[in-house]
Amino acid sequence: MQQIFNGIMLGSTYAIVAVGLTLVFGILHIPNFAHGHLYMFGAYIAFFLMTIAGLGFWTSLLASVAVMGAVGVILERLAYRPLRERPHIDSFISAIGALMILETSVIVIWGPQGRRIPNPYPGIIEVLGVTMSYQRLIVIVAAVSMILLLNLFIKRTTLGATIEAVAQNREGAMLVGIDVNKVSAITFAISAGTAAAAACLVAPIFIISPTMGALLGMKAFVIVILGGLGSIPGAIVGGYILGLLEAMGGGYLSAAYKDVYAFGALIVILSLKPTGLFGKEVA
Amino acid sequence: MNIRLKGRWWYLAIFLVAIALPHIVTSRYVGQIIIMGYLFSIATLSLNLILGYAGQASLAHAGFFGIGAYGVGLLTKGGVSFWIALPLSASLAAAIGFLVGLPTLRTRGSYFAISTLCLGVIISIVAGNWVQLTGGYTGVVGIPTPTPIRVPWTVEIRFDSLLAQYYLVLAFLILTMFAMHRIVHSLTGLSFMAVRNNEMLAEAAGIDTFRVKLTAFVIADFFAGLAGGLYASIMGSISPSTASMELTFNWLVYLLIGGAATLGGPIIGAFVIPIIMESLQFLAQYRMLIFGVLLIVVIIYFPRGAMGAILQLGEKWRREWRKRQEEGPRVAASQRP
Repeated sequence: MQQIFNGIMLGSTYAIVAVGLTLVFGILHIPNFAHGHLYMFGAYIAFFLMTIAGLGFWTSLLASVAVMGAVGVILERLAYRPLRERPHIDSFISAIGALMILETSVIVIWGPQGRRIPNPYPGIIEVLGVTMSYQRLIVIVAAVSMILLLNLFIKRTTLGATIEAVAQNREGAMLVGIDVNKVSAITFAISAGTAAAAACLVAPIFIISPTMGALLGMKAFVIVILGGLGSIPGAIVGGYILGLLEAMGGGYLSAAYKDVYAFGALIVILSLKPTGLFGKEVA
Repeated sequence: MNIRLKGRWWYLAIFLVAIALPHIVTSRYVGQIIIMGYLFSIATLSLNLILGYAGQASLAHAGFFGIGAYGVGLLTKGGVSFWIALPLSASLAAAIGFLVGLPTLRTRGSYFAISTLCLGVIISIVAGNWVQLTGGYTGVVGIPTPTPIRVPWTVEIRFDSLLAQYYLVLAFLILTMFAMHRIVHSLTGLSFMAVRNNEMLAEAAGIDTFRVKLTAFVIADFFAGLAGGLYASIMGSISPSTASMELTFNWLVYLLIGGAATLGGPIIGAFVIPIIMESLQFLAQYRMLIFGVLLIVVIIYFPRGAMGAILQLGEKWRREWRKRQEEGPRVAASQRP
């Protein structure tokens, strides 16, 4: 039971990060491999605001989301837009450049060692023999509401519909007067912002370090591929599956190899069903 | 064998410099850097085959390098001759590449890049955690230098001096360059490029694209394993960082800045960049930052790197030259009454 709870908590953060990535990767077709690093950078901005500037947890979270949204826009403009008409692999390499920049910036500014964000809600409660800390519960609640909001945004607002239109047919969208560049920038801002929010939520539970982005970014890709490219429900379900898989595997099998499960699962799934679990058939 | 004689003096000059180099440069420190440059050139050349020529971003490259390194390290420590351990370990890397390539090469573009990246992480995690075999995070230490070769009736060639190791690695680099040259100028090499340029079209033209990609991947992994095996034997110690992602990324930078899909580019990259980095020690902290910026700038503006830019310039000059030569007689003709 404890493992399931931890798995759900972990899965919630994975789900948000993966939804952000699926917007960019699945919809804009940009393999933003620096996504995990945006997450890491967001955590560090919150860390800076909380410990050095002395702001509160929620204020820092919102500020971090805003800053990362801007970083996302800059990233799209400088590293990906010039490569739009080129093969995927070029954007991927550009993304590796971007992640090197993000990771090294953090190391230069804050040092390579792990940092800890003070936990704003240190209390715990016990339900049916499962220990739950308030912070973990907040992560789950906040994550679920963020996912719902994001879904509403995509399905119910004009801007969301615009993003979907670009996803379905870029030329068609341009034809009816949609500014594709603007949509790309907005999508990137949302994607980076949600990653930052997820990072800030879990930051008080784990230690933050400059290298945490790489692993998370890869897991996010695993989830997006697992769930099927461009499928938001797929990303959510995939996130929870991975979170549970890791918590159970780490708890019952071997903790040292917990990261192997995710990547092993990816290779297995790709070989069985290359379009992912919820994937549409792609040409 | 049909060899173009034009431009061969150029290769010969570089070759002679490489032969003479250890007698000019006597510093042990610089010697080490040059040897590392050669080893990474082999690794970057093999990455070039799969990424530059076949267009598939294999990001598990350091993983295969690590397999070769661990293979040679553990076998030679166990008493196996280096000359048996090296091909064995390189073949092991190739075999694992084959097994992994079977499922992952069915995917395209970024998918393949991501799956290989995951594989690379798996390999380094296994290297760090399979303590009984790999020694965990402390790695393998005290790996013997390459076994001496006994030439009958004459001296035996030993590899415990830096000079001998230099020539050993140089020999392997030349071997790799030769192999790469033969591959990319063969029909197989052409089919690699066909797949890179347009996979659908290549398939329509009757190329078995899956088989082509698998061939490129296995060959590239073999040479990565070879470089790793040499590395283990010459460095004497290895650790999971030998298989780390950072190493793959470094090679990627060397390859792209040097020039992907050219034969000289990877070597220029693997040589020049570490030397520049060594001489700019005060920038060590910002190293990856500079690499990152360079990577983005190069991929956007110079997709074929320095070597590509040089070739392009050369092509331009040649065209200008030809134009001027064609114009010469024409001008003379028009001046005739």
